[in-house]
Amino acid sequence: MAARKSAPKKPVKSNTSKEELLNHYREMLLIRRFEEKAGQLYGMGLIGGFCHLYIGQEAVVVGLEAAAKEGDKRLTSYRDHGHMLACGMDPKGVMAELTGREGGYSKGKGGSMHMFSTEKHFYGGHGIVGAQVPIGTGLAFADKYLENGGVTFTYFGDGAANQGQVYESFNMASLWQLPVIYVVENNQYAMGTSLQRSSSTPDIYTRGEAFGIPGEAVDGMDVLAVKEAGLRATEHCRSGNGPYILEMKTYRYRGHSMSDPAKYRTREEVQKIREERDAIEHVRELILQGKHASEDELKAIDKEIKGIVNDAAEFSKNSPEPALEELWTDIYADDTRLGVHA
Amino acid sequence: MATEVLMPALSPTMEEGTLAKWLVKEGDEVASGDIIAEIETDKATMEFEAVDEGIIGKILVEEGTEGVKVNTPIAVLIEEGESADDIAAPAAAQADAAAPDTTDAPVEAKAAAQPITPVIPAEADIPEGTEMRSTTVREALRDAMAEEMRADDAVFLMGEEVAEYQGAYKISQGLLDEFGAKRVIDTPITEHGFTGLATGAAMGGLKPIVEFMTFNFAMQAIDHIINTAAKTRYMSGGQMSCPIVFRGANGAAARVAAQHSQDYAAWYAQIPGLHVAMPYSAADAKGLLKSAIRDENPVVFLENELLYGQSFEVPVLDNYTVPFGKARIWREGNDVTIVSFGIGMKYALEAADALAEDGISAEVIDLRTLRPLDYNTVINSVMKTNRCITVEEGWPVASIGNHLSATIMERAFDYLDAPVINLTGKDVPMPYAANLEKLALVTTKEVIDAAKAVTYR
Repeated sequence: MAARKSAPKKPVKSNTSKEELLNHYREMLLIRRFEEKAGQLYGMGLIGGFCHLYIGQEAVVVGLEAAAKEGDKRLTSYRDHGHMLACGMDPKGVMAELTGREGGYSKGKGGSMHMFSTEKHFYGGHGIVGAQVPIGTGLAFADKYLENGGVTFTYFGDGAANQGQVYESFNMASLWQLPVIYVVENNQYAMGTSLQRSSSTPDIYTRGEAFGIPGEAVDGMDVLAVKEAGLRATEHCRSGNGPYILEMKTYRYRGHSMSDPAKYRTREEVQKIREERDAIEHVRELILQGKHASEDELKAIDKEIKGIVNDAAEFSKNSPEPALEELWTDIYADDTRLGVHA
Repeated sequence: MATEVLMPALSPTMEEGTLAKWLVKEGDEVASGDIIAEIETDKATMEFEAVDEGIIGKILVEEGTEGVKVNTPIAVLIEEGESADDIAAPAAAQADAAAPDTTDAPVEAKAAAQPITPVIPAEADIPEGTEMRSTTVREALRDAMAEEMRADDAVFLMGEEVAEYQGAYKISQGLLDEFGAKRVIDTPITEHGFTGLATGAAMGGLKPIVEFMTFNFAMQAIDHIINTAAKTRYMSGGQMSCPIVFRGANGAAARVAAQHSQDYAAWYAQIPGLHVAMPYSAADAKGLLKSAIRDENPVVFLENELLYGQSFEVPVLDNYTVPFGKARIWREGNDVTIVSFGIGMKYALEAADALAEDGISAEVIDLRTLRPLDYNTVINSVMKTNRCITVEEGWPVASIGNHLSATIMERAFDYLDAPVINLTGKDVPMPYAANLEKLALVTTKEVIDAAKAVTYR
């Protein structure tokens, strides 16, 4: 049950197929371009409230989705746009939720932090730091109860890793051998507080040891390493061995939210990671080195992705605001019943 | 010197018990710490140890005797050389003198075990001629869970001590045997965690019943009740559902002081997305809990420890449910409307009896559910009686009574012949001392006085 640390690696060559590499490239690029567009729309006042961008962390969700099977569940905190796109939710519906429109996944009532898709088994989108961890553990409890073979990817950040309910969940998940993968997206900053200033020990993947949960650290900027780790974790869960912890060493390029001036780190620090560890550049290099595609072919993909994102943005602007009656719907299963003091 | 062995109180709320079994006989020597008897409370069978050493001189209460009051002498302990015959009339009179004066005890503590029959005939939705059976609230809650678990495999019970211990308050007695450990699950003491977990399980297709040993401990978990369970349907634009029941003892028990004595009715009643029930009778406890388990919405189900052992008539029907949002008129009257719910009903009904003797005819309404709340029944009654008092155990600020008063003012202002009076618990943390605790709670006398005040008597 010992926690292990897999050596961060940057394979110069890869046995990964052309098709898979191009898929990873396409999906990571979609998230990045989508988030850049969201940032732009926020600046234009079309998106309100809190908006937490995923730029920099794309390899985590794309790699793990490549390890997931149909029927597996996933949920995360409020930095959730990447997870939704990676599990196949429609960019138009996500963007329209960001703009608070009728065409959004929650009909405009949830916003950036609260979106769901029962069809894609995406269980949110949770605004309270750490609250998704017992919820994800409960989804895994349901899977085990129903004996459906499903696994739940429960994502949380290095900040949430200090919430008590995370450890209450670890205990029950291990006690009851629940098929849940705890994915710690360690982007090194809980809002503005670095891991060094918030965590008594540097390695979050070891925090399951007290509960007998194996964990490993993974280079979260390497989509192939992420996928491999994801396959180990899902195999562990599906074999009935209970929970597993994956600590993804990753990095967010943008501020915590749109209103974050990011004074807690230097511009050079961000720049260095962008230049040396960027997940999309990494796959791009693999594709070009392996001669799986030419620069022109990659440019064509870039253009295609840009088109998808522009369409999503257009949709999100043109979709009407929710009808005023929507204020009073979806509170109860049957809203016609008493209960709302209108 | 001969000493009397008295019937012990084995829980904060125990008033009487069954002397199930003697483990010693007359003439046996006992040492301090020896188990001498088994005593059955409404919650559990407990072993009773000797405090002093000596010889069992006489057994005063035979085994199998039910309803033995706390502090009744049950045996006499003698010393070497003494004879049991020397004992001068062990006399219940002495014991009475030694026992705490219970005449001033809080009203609910004197809760009689006999069935309460509403003055108003049973509800319209109970067919005429239906057999009624005397059932405790405790049994009614258990029966409701067992029936719904038989009907739906997705229903399961989770909480501290619900399985092997058979329930901290014995509500889940027998469920583990019938349904097994997969569906009756003992949790670690981890309210925040298991509440979140159960909420996730509800989103994942199950129908959890979460038992809080008491709702005081649910404060550790309230984020998941409100931020997760209550809001998810809305936040997901109606895609997600969270069919879950949070149930357990709520409000003051007896002598457990501030951290274990609090009524959360008004807290949860404020939350859109939740349904909230707070039954008084066993029939309502059963019918409402069955409705709650079938509900596609999250339900907060507030029980009361002091009512668990109380018996009421419950209809013997295969599928007895009580709808949410429908108050029950327990007693019709013309002079004043008394609105209450949960244990407050006890004071309301006692007061109505006393008021009748003074020629004041009170209409007593049990709200039964606080969300949805049956405003119409209250308003219609106030339009008839022109006076209203509300009775609840919770604190006065932002109470259910305050909310009803505002609603009555908005909808029936011209009908009022007196200001509405809200009777509540006092605006203090619950004290431990018996006299102060009594003072902190709402009492029958306060209800009577308030009714007289609004009727200008």
